[in-house]
Amino acid sequence: MKKNTKINLLLLLVVAALAVLPLALGLGDHKEEPFTGADGEAETAITELEPDYEPWFTPLYEPPSGEIESALFSLQAALGAGVLAYYFGLHRGRRQGEQRALEREREGVAGSAAGKTHHEQD
Amino acid sequence: MHIAEGFLPPAHAVAWGVASAPFVVHGVRSLTREVREHPESTLLLGASGAFTFVLSALKLPSVTGSCSHPTGTGLGAILFRPPIMAVLGTITLLFQALLLAHGGLTTLGANVFSMAVVGPWAGYALYRLLRRFDVPLMVAVFFGAFVADLSTYCVTSVQLALAFPDPSSGFLGALGKFGSIFAVTQIPLAVSEGLLTVLVMRLLVQSSKGELTRLGVLLTKKRSGTETEAVAR
Repeated sequence: MKKNTKINLLLLLVVAALAVLPLALGLGDHKEEPFTGADGEAETAITELEPDYEPWFTPLYEPPSGEIESALFSLQAALGAGVLAYYFGLHRGRRQGEQRALEREREGVAGSAAGKTHHEQD
Repeated sequence: MHIAEGFLPPAHAVAWGVASAPFVVHGVRSLTREVREHPESTLLLGASGAFTFVLSALKLPSVTGSCSHPTGTGLGAILFRPPIMAVLGTITLLFQALLLAHGGLTTLGANVFSMAVVGPWAGYALYRLLRRFDVPLMVAVFFGAFVADLSTYCVTSVQLALAFPDPSSGFLGALGKFGSIFAVTQIPLAVSEGLLTVLVMRLLVQSSKGELTRLGVLLTKKRSGTETEAVAR
């Protein structure tokens, strides 16, 4: 494995560890409901600070269930991941194509010119 | 950091909206200029927006026993400067407000101000400062992304403390309360965001040297007269 790949995998591993450790160490055990969202906790804190506060506007659309909500969250992540993968895939392909065209040119194989123009049309 | 729909008093909601609007308008103009002058950067712009999409959908557990999510705004701010992130961040927040009931339209101004304005600017400022002192690129990227993430949640805490000061201990008491919910939870997540941003930047250095050089992320170093080479220090 190349050194670059190793470093990248190590970075991912540390991120995974940072996410798993709070769960593994049971850092949510002191709470009634462990690992709820901080946004929700802030709403609770607001109602504690100002018990009379009533939200004066409600969301125009609310996912009817937790399942639908998580589906939409996954959709958001999937869209982002898809675009990122497209970007890196495209650039990797381009680099490989350029490299191949260079090699062909160096070897001086007949028809290398045709191959190059074909690549450039891409 | 999403303040829920209707959870800011009208006066605060309007004030944050007014504060955010010029940044977003300026951002839209920067974005259209960037796309017009450098059409080839559209893909990387899309990738920066996509990074924010992924990271802000990623709810992670933290040491405080609650869950929160990174923002992903540091990367785009470092690549394209903060004004562009004002737009990309707003798009992400709109998506979540309209489809996920996460955040809201009345609190959009406040959420844009924390995630799409202060976060990117704070991260970018630190990144530039570190680079000026010749700190290695990846170290500067890590701290830039870390601060973009953490400062966003600090701003949210301030926004809520301003709107809901503690009856006895006032603004500071409420700031401590919201800060312990948001900012403390966010520290390990900001580390994660820094590491993920470094990962993506490493992949970009491999795949898009030319683009990063044009954007000034990679420096061109004179070598043997006319030949120049992009370097990642």
